[in-house]
Amino acid sequence: MPKPFTPKVITANALLEGDVIYQTTDGWTRDLVQAEVLTDEADADLRLIEASAQTAHVVGVYLADVTVESGVPHPVHFREDFRATGPSNYAHGKQETAAPRT
Amino acid sequence: MYHYTDFDHAFLKERNAQFRAQVERRIDGSLTEDEFKPLRLMNGLYLQLHAYMLRVAIPYGTLNSAQMDKLAYIAERWDKGYGHFTTRQNIQYNWPELRDVPDMLDALAEVNLHAIQTSGNTIRNVTADHFAGAAADEVADPRPIAELIRQWSTDHPEFQFLPRKFKVAVTGAEADRAVIKAHDIGLQIVERDGTQGFKVIVGGGLGRTPMIGKVLYDFVTTEDLLPTLEAIVSVYNLLGRRDNKYKARIKITVHENGIEDIRARVDARYKLIRDQFTGIDQQMLARIEADFALPAFRQADTAPYTNAYTQDPVFRSWADTNLAAHRNPDYAIVSISLKAHGKTPGDATARQMRLMAQLAKRYGHDELRISHEQNVILPHVHKGDLPSVFYALKAEGLGTANIGLISDIIACPGMDYCALATARSIPIAQEIATRFDELKLEHDVGPLKIKISGCINACGHHHVGHIGILGLDRAGVENYQITLGGDGTEDATIGERAGPGFSADEIIPAVERLVMAYLDLRGDPAETFLQTYRRLGLAPFKAALYPEARAADAA
Repeated sequence: MPKPFTPKVITANALLEGDVIYQTTDGWTRDLVQAEVLTDEADADLRLIEASAQTAHVVGVYLADVTVESGVPHPVHFREDFRATGPSNYAHGKQETAAPRT
Repeated sequence: MYHYTDFDHAFLKERNAQFRAQVERRIDGSLTEDEFKPLRLMNGLYLQLHAYMLRVAIPYGTLNSAQMDKLAYIAERWDKGYGHFTTRQNIQYNWPELRDVPDMLDALAEVNLHAIQTSGNTIRNVTADHFAGAAADEVADPRPIAELIRQWSTDHPEFQFLPRKFKVAVTGAEADRAVIKAHDIGLQIVERDGTQGFKVIVGGGLGRTPMIGKVLYDFVTTEDLLPTLEAIVSVYNLLGRRDNKYKARIKITVHENGIEDIRARVDARYKLIRDQFTGIDQQMLARIEADFALPAFRQADTAPYTNAYTQDPVFRSWADTNLAAHRNPDYAIVSISLKAHGKTPGDATARQMRLMAQLAKRYGHDELRISHEQNVILPHVHKGDLPSVFYALKAEGLGTANIGLISDIIACPGMDYCALATARSIPIAQEIATRFDELKLEHDVGPLKIKISGCINACGHHHVGHIGILGLDRAGVENYQITLGGDGTEDATIGERAGPGFSADEIIPAVERLVMAYLDLRGDPAETFLQTYRRLGLAPFKAALYPEARAADAA
């Protein structure tokens, strides 16, 4: 039996601001909630290659594991949770514009 | 302080113009990230978890008020109104945008600051005792030689692609406040038969494989120092391992080959290159030394200090904790704590930076220092001015009386910022400080150094903390390992691992149990945590950390 594929999102940092971004079906978003969730391994690999080619806009593209609850992706690892939220000592980064995640 | 020359200024201007063009070429797509990354790192620009980070060198930790003012301006103009001072006497800006970095570097260059060689496999910012030139106990000011080393190592054509990064620290006193034994090269100014020279220590370092440096030479004359350093770094450049990043630091080279072998190689190399040093470096050193002449100390009444000390217990507590002995008995060295309880260790707001700059200008002979312990120092304050300095600091949240105490914690940025981190450091530091402030115990506990790193690379110096905390990722959960009995001074010791790690929720109570155990175990209130640990060893502290293991043994 092949190992079941963990759903993934494609993430990177924006070239100009350095902010954490996620790939959507037609571009990039700064909000994990809006990210395109990839549930098929072959599709994920292909989308990763396409995303990695956009070197003029993004830096350090990779696939990150997520769990999907009610259609919304949540980070699996705490590092991805911090990336999606921002630092814990100041309400900086994404916390300046977005409502705090619960 | 060193007076930067037209040469220094022209050099920075040229480097900044080059980097501006490189940034433009990255943004217009002419350079790929793979091409750009080594260029940005050479100029101190990292890409972290949430944003870019610009690491600016503060050579040997010394700043004047104009430089500190500029750091404040940059924090406000291009960052989020604050900066983070690091264990290597650098300042890091956590939120610059790529397009703004060339302007930030130009602003820094106006006061001769830069970010060159704050990253990459080069000789990094040369650090020094933060009390240099002021301490009562020093043989000589280590900063002139640190400046000479800065000039020698900056853009050194042979040493831009070393096997790994290379860090040099210098002290002029026997009491080591610069952690010289945990550096690739540590230098201590010593005297022999009335002549000054240097004890040269190599192969120290923390990180994945912590090592205490070994003495390569007991005494090297001032004239022979640069040729000796050149010989050491060239031997390392050829011999250091490039096949394995984790074995590439000189500490591994020294460990694998032995100090005698390294000494023989350095001796041979030295003979070969000695003639290239024709004495120009000594002429430059003489000029640099003149720049570091002592300030004209003021003669004034010290009564305001004595009065405040007897009348105001808050001032007295601060004076007892945050002042150190100055070479001039009418003066004091002021340590300004950037460790207010519950705040981020090492962070200062632009407003706080401006105040410290003003105080340095008005009361401190225009000098400031950054310590590796992430605090700011006013090295020369007349005792009569201490009350004015203290009340001004207190009004801006800079009056915390905790230097050397349990809440004066070193913490690396950890996973709140750093892309390499495996766990967070800052919240742990904040919670420990807040907890012991609530307990009102820290002055009773006395000298106790807690140092926290958010990964095995040990930027937070956890190996040399009396209590060291290392944050790791254990199966997808933050986990904190405790080491005990480390020491970063002249008696440098690597701490011993106490046992299994603790979760983020368990680590604060664990530290509290350790400290309570110390209070029970100490012979008398004068016996410090470290002394008690050295007397009794790990066992009683381990028992306090793991009471359930003791209960299981008894069952």
